[in-house]
Amino acid sequence: MDVVKLTPSKVPELYLESEHISPDVFAGKSSQEIGDLHVHMGNQTYKLSDFFTIEGKGGATAADTKIVITGDAGRVKYIGMKMTGGEIEVLGNTDMYTGAWMAGGKITVRGNSDSFAGIAMTGGELRIEGNARNYIGAAYRGDWRGMQGGTIVIRGNVGSDVGSNMNGGLIDIGGDADVHLATHADGGKIIVRGVAKGRVGGQMVKGDIYVLGGVERMMPSFRCDHEEEAEIDGKKMTFQVFYGDLGERHGKRKGEIIYGKIFVAAAGKPDGQKAGAAKSERRVKLNEKQIAQLAEAFRGAEPTVQEVRTYIFDTFGFDLKPMQVSRLIDAIKR
Amino acid sequence: MSEYIIKNGTVYDPKTGVKGEVKDICVKDGKIVEKVSSKAKSLDAKGKSVMAGAVEVHAHVAGPKVNEGRNYRPEDKLFSYKPGGKNTRMSGGFSIPTTFKTGYEYARMGYTTVMEAAMPPLYARHVHEEIKDTPIIDEGAFPVFGNNWFVFEYLKNNEMDNVMAYISWLLKTTRGYAIKIVNPGGSEAWGWGENCNTIHDPVPYFDITPAEIMKGLLTANEKMGLPHSIHVHTNNLGNPGNYETTLDTFKLSQGIKATNKFGREQVLHHTHVQFHSYGGDSWATFESKAKDVMDYVNANKNMTMDLGCVTLDETTTMTADGPFEHHLTTLNHLKWANVDVELETSSGIVPYVYDPNIKVCAIQWAIGLELALYAKDPMRVFVTTDHPNAGPFTRYPRIFKWLMSNASRQEMLKGFKNSDKVIAATDLASLDREITLYELAQMTRAGPAKSLGLESMYGGLAPGMEADVAVYDFDEGKVASPEDIEKAFSSAEYVIKSGTLVVDHGEIVSNGNKRTLWVDAKVPVNSQVERDVQMKFLKYYSVNLNNYEVSDHYVPNPYVIEVDTN
Amino acid sequence: MTKTITDVICPFCGTLCDDLIVTTDDEGKKVVAVDNACAIGAEKFIHSSDHAHRVTRPRKMQDDGTYKEISYNEAIEHTAQILAKAKKPLMYGWSSTSCEAQSVGHEIAELCGAVVDNTAAVCHGTTLIAVQNVGIPSCTLGEVKNRADRIIFWGCNPAHAHPRHMSRYSIFPRGYFTGKGHKQRKIIVVDPRCTDTSSLADIHLQVEQGYDYELLQALRAAVRGQPLAGDVIAGVPKEKVYEAADLLKSGRFGVIFFGMGVTQSLGKDHNIDAAICLTKDLNDYTKFSIVAMRGHYNVTGSGQVLGWQFGFPYSVDLSRGFARYNPGETGSVEILKRQEADAIFVLGSDPGAHFPMQCVKEISRLPSVAIDPHITPTTEICDVHVPVAFVGVEVGGNCYRMDNVPIEARKVVDPPEGMMTDQEFLSAVLKRVQELKSN
Repeated sequence: MDVVKLTPSKVPELYLESEHISPDVFAGKSSQEIGDLHVHMGNQTYKLSDFFTIEGKGGATAADTKIVITGDAGRVKYIGMKMTGGEIEVLGNTDMYTGAWMAGGKITVRGNSDSFAGIAMTGGELRIEGNARNYIGAAYRGDWRGMQGGTIVIRGNVGSDVGSNMNGGLIDIGGDADVHLATHADGGKIIVRGVAKGRVGGQMVKGDIYVLGGVERMMPSFRCDHEEEAEIDGKKMTFQVFYGDLGERHGKRKGEIIYGKIFVAAAGKPDGQKAGAAKSERRVKLNEKQIAQLAEAFRGAEPTVQEVRTYIFDTFGFDLKPMQVSRLIDAIKR
Repeated sequence: MSEYIIKNGTVYDPKTGVKGEVKDICVKDGKIVEKVSSKAKSLDAKGKSVMAGAVEVHAHVAGPKVNEGRNYRPEDKLFSYKPGGKNTRMSGGFSIPTTFKTGYEYARMGYTTVMEAAMPPLYARHVHEEIKDTPIIDEGAFPVFGNNWFVFEYLKNNEMDNVMAYISWLLKTTRGYAIKIVNPGGSEAWGWGENCNTIHDPVPYFDITPAEIMKGLLTANEKMGLPHSIHVHTNNLGNPGNYETTLDTFKLSQGIKATNKFGREQVLHHTHVQFHSYGGDSWATFESKAKDVMDYVNANKNMTMDLGCVTLDETTTMTADGPFEHHLTTLNHLKWANVDVELETSSGIVPYVYDPNIKVCAIQWAIGLELALYAKDPMRVFVTTDHPNAGPFTRYPRIFKWLMSNASRQEMLKGFKNSDKVIAATDLASLDREITLYELAQMTRAGPAKSLGLESMYGGLAPGMEADVAVYDFDEGKVASPEDIEKAFSSAEYVIKSGTLVVDHGEIVSNGNKRTLWVDAKVPVNSQVERDVQMKFLKYYSVNLNNYEVSDHYVPNPYVIEVDTN
Repeated sequence: MTKTITDVICPFCGTLCDDLIVTTDDEGKKVVAVDNACAIGAEKFIHSSDHAHRVTRPRKMQDDGTYKEISYNEAIEHTAQILAKAKKPLMYGWSSTSCEAQSVGHEIAELCGAVVDNTAAVCHGTTLIAVQNVGIPSCTLGEVKNRADRIIFWGCNPAHAHPRHMSRYSIFPRGYFTGKGHKQRKIIVVDPRCTDTSSLADIHLQVEQGYDYELLQALRAAVRGQPLAGDVIAGVPKEKVYEAADLLKSGRFGVIFFGMGVTQSLGKDHNIDAAICLTKDLNDYTKFSIVAMRGHYNVTGSGQVLGWQFGFPYSVDLSRGFARYNPGETGSVEILKRQEADAIFVLGSDPGAHFPMQCVKEISRLPSVAIDPHITPTTEICDVHVPVAFVGVEVGGNCYRMDNVPIEARKVVDPPEGMMTDQEFLSAVLKRVQELKSN
């Protein structure tokens, strides 16, 4: 396998769009030709060599080509987009769309990945050793055809909207999953080894979801049908099997209704890291000491909502909504 | 203004009866002329085919449901978007192109006039905003009348003068071109979740039948002498066995003569007939009834039709036949958008994948072509895909290929997964007719222009007509493969619109100065209708009467066709 | 002497009332009285005439934080320069201006490879995402007036946010088939709070805050006659869920109106998705539609113009020369938060007040310009503030109502002396940007 090493040489001012970092594009190209490939930053076009030093040349085909990014690519989008073969290894983080529309080959990200990784994937393997954010393995906006095949493995936690509109393939999550897992799924298999926050399998038509660490809040439109033993990583475990989503249409095979299934481990224990910061409805409130400090800071003045909001953010690190701030000002006045 | 001479092209012009003769075409001051001065710019058309600019008689290209289609299908724009150029804005959308793309792509294919098939009057301003943003092509829009509460009441009471006054008022208020009728009565019934599946099913509460609505509007149209006839999408679209409803509809017009001063000879134009030519009584027994339908069309010279050919693509269906779209989503479970419009109409949108491996889709494909191949008079049968319902208009060149090459059709038939079943349910395998280029010119230029009452302006190359000319790199005598047909008609060598060169070797070189056509039909003052209109706006509409009319600045370059109905 | 103008369109909220009667002074310079409008709409007309308190010329922020008046030409130059030079400018807002002005803005955005976004990004953008997933069975407001006998207000409070909605369209009018007005309508309000709207309800479902999605899916299951898990579903007793499902199915024409209570609470687009699916399911039993309670009077219009020109309704990224769309990446909030833009242009909205603080700080850090008749939290953090005439009061233009009906707003009084309109300002900026880009 021919290996091309990309070493980040300059931090981009904004974010780089580099769908050309792909074995399919590098195949058959010399080091110089690879360096001349375009990357985009906003409305400007640059060369790959403006941001990376390039060593090595592409293989004869995609399958013969391996790309190693030897540093952080946390501001680089679209790495491995649409690739059909070969390998990419990133020794750091990646930004959005890593492996988007991937059809084959293998991507390994040693760090974290941002959102939209592996969207509309049809084949290959995408592996993220850290955490990933939202819409992993989801469909593109509006498309009812989501992930069709391939494997996505996230060792850490994932955000929300993972596996939306999934039709096939496997998503294996080592940590916790935030809300809206496998929404509208019509096939495919998902394993969550940690805790799933909620709205698992919402509006699901078909598919299998295994949650080993438990679901914080099950959908009321799933019914517990039976207990079943199943094997995960060669180990037999007992699961409570839920059928649903009962609010959704379902097909039939041989007279039997085909439901989506959620397998919740009967003795669930979170595996690996603790649940990451799952964003949900959290009403932030100032404590008495903070309110007093606020009142003192603006004593005798007639501050605008904006001024008070900025002060609260700068001093306490809370982002209050303008309505809340307005009521706070009224309360302090009294 | 500019002078052009298109030299040595092989001309196909039904208007002047030129059938593939080498002839020069001269353009001056926006019109076709007999001859030009030596200063005229010469365009070399040697070995190439020359025709008038094509006329699109029915497409959904501007308005609320088209835009809802665009906005709710981001996936329709994935990976096919084109950046703008020297004379063009960026353009995208495969089945529902943006307005800029619509103008550019029609122009590149040599289409110079396009009719927006259905305009809901309450949303007319939106339709005109989109028409304004569609470059190059002249356009008009058909307001829908077939589910209109005023029309129901006047026709129920046989008040012909009143319905004519209302039609005149609505055409003016919406800056509309013709009377469009979609699923008459059924889209009002859909306001309660119901439908009219035959032309004799009465509309709930209004107690008038689709047959009465269509007959009444047909009578009014002829009494008024409007440029186009009624333009009908009848009931029961899309259902196996619906060809009977279609023939019942056609027969409403039987024996009636057209009256107008525009050269129009038909009293009924039925659109996308493919969707209405189904036999059988279920999807299992689904079959083509194209022959039965065309037997009537061939025998009755007072009607015209357009095909609605299926292109076997993933596309988006959208129509003012609201109940049909609901039915479609129950079949394919894809996202369904619907808007019911107070007092006027309803509409629906559902994506659809015409998969050639599905028997029904392949039969639909065959039916569209059979209708054309059975046609005895190409001046009365026009090429459309009911864009985007049966396929995007950018596929017209592919349809031309199928019509003109039997080999390409047979190859398609053999390649279907359910080839045997498709062949058994249709006649296409045994139809070896190949439409000639002259006939194609009749079906895409002269015929549509005449049916719209525009034969003095468009669809022909007679001196005095609009200088809308298309030159294709195509020689009928030297066709190496059917693909040559599709390639040539996808991208014209030259297109001149109203005397301005707009396309040069497939590139847009000018945005022209498009016009909006609308019909001002003058009727005697009718205070009854004025009062009715005021009353209904006061009591039932959600906007005020004074805010309903489309003001002139939404139609910045109008071409008004005045009709004195007296 | 005074002049009276009828059929005036109110340029405030998505209800887009078009029956206002505005009385002006004889010269047509000041609004003297407004009839038929709600308090908010009337106030917009009246205070626009308070020229003494209007900013009438552009202002530029100085190094010491104060503002100095500059000419329109200088403001045009500043705006053109920051947009033309930027690698990824963000052009945000658009919801409080006319379609004609929006269209000119889009030309500038295309030329500059900008991201164009409107206030749907923090409001009903999630509705648009849901529509992209599952469609939307809907109707015009006149259909509600003439046919509806089941009205659901989900996560919205029209009594406050769309004050004349209930009297013009949804509850009180007597339409063609609804001669008995509100007496033949049943009202369901779903809201964790008790509000002025819920006080009118026949059934008030006090859903547990943030669990509307669960309740919606439970309603869908109930409509299908399926069993539900648990005695209390999202804060609502199971029996009440079944009761609500039956009430919905038993009507002959139902409409769900919804707002920020579901578009911006946990799940966002999924909440709307489920509500739309519920509406679609109910069409198997009776006739049902769903309508989004759009906020700004022309956010819908911005979505329409972006739609027919670029193919997407908001969060449109033009930086690569062709339009791309993916909220979560191309939306204004994330762009500002991730520091992905290098210039910001705001017109006809107030992100300084509504966006997360991190984004507000970014706006104040970037080269910026705000186009707004008022002084707002946004104008106070931008480099240049350009005041323009009020659309619908001092200049006309097309607007789209919450049900997408286009209504043309008109001018009733002259703007203050020498003030430009949005469209004029943008046209001048476009011309200058074309010059800069051609070099």
